[in-house]
Amino acid sequence: MMYIDPHIHMCSRTTYDYLVMREYGIVAVIEPAFWLGQPRTNAGSFKDYFSSLVGWERFRASQFGIQHYCTIGLNPKEANNEALATEVMELLPLYACKEGVVAIGEIGYDDMTEAEDKYFCQQLELAKELDMLVLIHTPHRNKKAGAIQSMERCIEYGLDPSQVVIDHNNEETVEEVLGRGFWAAFTIYPQTKMGNARMVEVVRKYGCDRIIVDSSADWGISDPLAVPKTAQLMLDRGIPEEHVRAVCYENALAAYSQTGQMKASDWLNPQSIDQRQLFSGNSVLRGQEPGIKSVSDFVLIE
Amino acid sequence: MSKVNKLLHHWLLKSVSEKAFAWLEHKQAQISSGAAERVFFTAFSAVPRYLGKQDLQLTFQDLEAAEDVIPGWYPGNWSVDQAGRTLLLLALPHDDAQGYVRSLDQVFSTADMGELVALYQSLPLLPHSELHRQRAAEGIRSNMSNVFQAIALRNPYPANYLDNAAWNQMVLKAVFVGSPLHLIWGLDRRANPELAKMLADYAHERWAAKRSVTPELWRPVGRFADSAIVTDLEKVLANGDTAEQEAAALACAESPLPQAQALLSRYPDLQSSIQQGNLTWNNFSRK
Repeated sequence: MMYIDPHIHMCSRTTYDYLVMREYGIVAVIEPAFWLGQPRTNAGSFKDYFSSLVGWERFRASQFGIQHYCTIGLNPKEANNEALATEVMELLPLYACKEGVVAIGEIGYDDMTEAEDKYFCQQLELAKELDMLVLIHTPHRNKKAGAIQSMERCIEYGLDPSQVVIDHNNEETVEEVLGRGFWAAFTIYPQTKMGNARMVEVVRKYGCDRIIVDSSADWGISDPLAVPKTAQLMLDRGIPEEHVRAVCYENALAAYSQTGQMKASDWLNPQSIDQRQLFSGNSVLRGQEPGIKSVSDFVLIE
Repeated sequence: MSKVNKLLHHWLLKSVSEKAFAWLEHKQAQISSGAAERVFFTAFSAVPRYLGKQDLQLTFQDLEAAEDVIPGWYPGNWSVDQAGRTLLLLALPHDDAQGYVRSLDQVFSTADMGELVALYQSLPLLPHSELHRQRAAEGIRSNMSNVFQAIALRNPYPANYLDNAAWNQMVLKAVFVGSPLHLIWGLDRRANPELAKMLADYAHERWAAKRSVTPELWRPVGRFADSAIVTDLEKVLANGDTAEQEAAALACAESPLPQAQALLSRYPDLQSSIQQGNLTWNNFSRK
């Protein structure tokens, strides 16, 4: 089965992860712009970060046969540094229209401060102006209220719920999000957010319509194989295969292909220029032979 | 309208829809009449969304016309978005050289891979050619193979503007990443003794690691071969496969050293096919 991981922070992962992910059937990833674990102190850091999302990271993924897309945005936590946030807002138009940018995101609330609300709304306006999708990060604390306020703001700023993905849902938010017509994404992440056994039960209870599974794997202890492993668990526990395919592949494609920046042919029939690129670069490989296709090739390190 | 502009316009007209072309012309007009930079930035990014990314369909005559306007310009592998982006770059007001370069710097410093390829490919067409030397040298440092190739291959800018240090790095890196050297425009003209030494050293490194050496490596070496390099060529002639032997023979033929000529005379078949014009770097590289 083919999988899409529509929320994963690959810049925190090693090239080896790409190799394993491809082996487990992940054909495409979406990397939402988010914070790096410590706050950035100037807009230049954001510029380099956004550049790496549309540049180096995408190239690195392509070297292992994975299509890499991203979302561009100012994250909620760092919106609280208003001087910085203002400068970052000026950078966004330089990146939002680039190829493979599938949404403005991940934006939303962390502490639900006034500053977070201000830059969230400004970014909703930008999405509306550029006719883009939005990826919403729901807060870890006060999640239900944060999710509801996010959705209300989206409606207020004229976005159609079908153009908005609400992420990091749990059993407490799912009904509200689906009921209002938004896409409901779930992050399989150890200790926090959603577990894969719980995810099986969510799909059993709510079906597969507008539900999306992702890993959000990042610099924390997290699993870049969370999507294929959850899919396997669903199959083992009797979820119909077409439901598994919907929540681990088709729904992400349906949601994010609305921008025209992501389509199945990108990985089913990669353009010839991408085939020329494949494995012909140098630095990703760090002196290794470019033909490596499987983790088992690493049994002997010469 | 400049000749370059006319050609690009003409080619795009036959390659994209009327609606897409109208969008591009509208953006060109806005940018050339001094619209806010944000218009240039967002339009430059958005070109593939409107024009697509299919190849430009160019005829032999089109390629000849390109070569006539700028020797070495080869748009035969360009796509429509690359041509469209080049037109937007040419629309940017450039009377103020510093301002022009500043705008270019901004777009270079935030560019994605597709944009970088378009930017580096268009360098030989842009105004203020001499101000882009540092930028071209920067392109050579890229880890992205197709960005490197956009500057190094089928691009007359490096041969015309780079100093020897940057030029030599570019050729050596092309060998290192496995790019076909015959696509480097001006390779023979810009061959030099330092480059010959660097390439021969590189061949020794490869041999030490029991790895193969591209026969094309010897192309810029022959004219500047010293006796140590002739010894290398002797080894290649003795142990190499057919392509390697032919390359070493060609290098010998170009060397003014009597030692090299003596070496070549030990391989009369190769020597005569070079003398008769049957074996040349051009037909060698097509193998």
